[in-house]
Amino acid sequence: MSKQAQHWEKTRGLLFVTLAIWFVFSIGIFLFGAEMEASSIRPFGYPLSYYMTCQGSLGIFVILIFWFAGRQEKIDEEFGFSEREDG
Amino acid sequence: MFKGNFINNLPKIYGTYTGGFIVFIILMAIAEQAGMSAKVIGICFVAFTVLIYALIGYLSRTIQVDAYYLAGRQVPTVFNGMATAADWMSGASFVAMAGGIYFKGYGYMALLVGWTGGYVLVASLLAPYLRKFGCYTVPDFIGTRYGGNLARLSAVIVLTVASFTYVTAQINATGTIASVALDIPFNIAVYVGLASILMCSMLGGMRAVTWTQVAQYIVLIIAYLIPVFWISNKMGAGVFPHLMLADEVARIAELEAQFGLGDVKNSAADLKQVPKGLSGITKAHAEVNTTPWKFISLAVCMMAGTASLPHVMMRYFTTPSVKAARRSVGWSLFFIFLLYSSAPMLATLSKLSLMDPNLATGIIGKSISEVQAIDWYQNWNQANLMFVSDFNGNGTLELNEFFMGGKAVVLATPEIAGLPYVISGLVAAGGMAAAMSTADGLVLAISNALSHDIYYKMINPKAETAKRLLIARVLLVLIGFAGATIAALEIQGILGSVIWAFDFAMSGLFFPLVLGVWWKRANAQGAVAGMLGGLAAGTAYLIAVRSGYPGFLDITQLTFGIVGSVVSLVLMIVVSLATKAPDAATQKMVDEVRVPSGKAILGRQH
Repeated sequence: MSKQAQHWEKTRGLLFVTLAIWFVFSIGIFLFGAEMEASSIRPFGYPLSYYMTCQGSLGIFVILIFWFAGRQEKIDEEFGFSEREDG
Repeated sequence: MFKGNFINNLPKIYGTYTGGFIVFIILMAIAEQAGMSAKVIGICFVAFTVLIYALIGYLSRTIQVDAYYLAGRQVPTVFNGMATAADWMSGASFVAMAGGIYFKGYGYMALLVGWTGGYVLVASLLAPYLRKFGCYTVPDFIGTRYGGNLARLSAVIVLTVASFTYVTAQINATGTIASVALDIPFNIAVYVGLASILMCSMLGGMRAVTWTQVAQYIVLIIAYLIPVFWISNKMGAGVFPHLMLADEVARIAELEAQFGLGDVKNSAADLKQVPKGLSGITKAHAEVNTTPWKFISLAVCMMAGTASLPHVMMRYFTTPSVKAARRSVGWSLFFIFLLYSSAPMLATLSKLSLMDPNLATGIIGKSISEVQAIDWYQNWNQANLMFVSDFNGNGTLELNEFFMGGKAVVLATPEIAGLPYVISGLVAAGGMAAAMSTADGLVLAISNALSHDIYYKMINPKAETAKRLLIARVLLVLIGFAGATIAALEIQGILGSVIWAFDFAMSGLFFPLVLGVWWKRANAQGAVAGMLGGLAAGTAYLIAVRSGYPGFLDITQLTFGIVGSVVSLVLMIVVSLATKAPDAATQKMVDEVRVPSGKAILGRQH
């Protein structure tokens, strides 16, 4: 397999992991709005459903993007595809 | 100042600017104590900030194509994040979103999830690849990837429909704020707003818009956070509201029960008296008050729309590298998060200020005549954004007898909570910054697509630079005027039009963009079918629902993008597979796009 094909395979793998996490926190948990509301987990005292829509999911997305960017940079470096800084 | 090592000096320049703005706020506060009238303070805030943006716009003027379309591809990661955040957070986020949450509670908080989650799609599916491509506009990518003028034209059509819907809402918002702050009629204020928008973008294109957007972000975030922190502390609710308002949220639920939320329904005859656009509280504040599907479908539309809106995508074309484009998406979302996580807190504080009889500011339960005598009530009532009426004739203001416009939640809360007027002036300036920055980005996206993709690429490929830029500027002004004229008609509210824009963009552009990078087999015929078919299906569904068709699967006029994008996806796959695979050159181009290193697909000057 060529270097480029391997690079793309790893990139795709990272994409699926990223989208899976994204799916859980943007769609998955909101299938259970009522259950989250009734839950005894109450971050900072807020109902869990309310907290996740105000801050929880939003904060996770911020972290997720930075994590994704870091991992993708590693993959690019591994296969020698990262840009030269002056490029 | 804008030459040589300007980029290295950015932190210093914007640091000084932020300091200067804070000094200006303090001076205004002192002036208020010395007896300056509320009206003059409002005018000072709006006029001063708009003049600064215009000055930045003037200093960034350019006659280079690369600078006009891409800010010279040298915008550093963090600053591009701020500019994108301002570009992104419109009048709808700043002025209308907290209002939506105030009235609809959990159901509308899907917008928060949707408008942030979309950035994960931007970062992972699109932005880095489109940056590698090196295009000037989004249709530029479609036109080159799929090949042919028809694909390019279809992308321009979708872009124009979505962005134009969006921009009328933003010009409407600048008009509202200018009319309240400067005390002039709305249909004149709309053109005042337009003039300020054009001053920022006309001379310097993307370069000017970038540096004004950074300045606007700083103003809008200060203007949003100060009232939230101040009110929370004043009320004794907590030093850091985001982590400490749980008791207040619970207290609102208690008061809702006490005041009989939902027990009394207003009769149709009573509601007729209420001015158009105002509503009362009919939904519980924090309870899960909607079905999972309704919540998720709205969030999904906003996420896919985020990834398809051209004015956001084109901000990532301005970064120095692919790596910077990726990181820049993270910074954008961080800066957006600062405001979005504060909106529900503002809605909570605002509602509690009005409802809680234990607070001096509470009005529910007071006598109608007492409320009608309050200064702020009279002001906002005059602006047609607040209304009370004694429907049951008991002389007391009930929860179902108080009505407010969505915009008033953000704009009037500082006054309601008893903050000095200087804060209201600051909020007006923030709202103006939010609406202007988005309008700038949108007007530029449309006029760039028309001037670059239609005029230069399709009509006159031999046009020289000066002529291209002249055409771009003329189009900018024309589009601005068209937008202002439609905004003056007030067809749909701010939040409603913005949501439509996302659905339009998602219907026509989401799958053609994503599959352009991730599916090599996608070809021009498929993309054209996907773009035009998706847009047509979405639009048809919207019109049908608006004219009384009950719809299916609970898809409403706010989520018609689901219909459009599914049609788009199916058409694109079927038509692509039924026609010839793209040629070897195109396939190789897609391979090139997938790695960050190497030359951009499109040359630096094209």
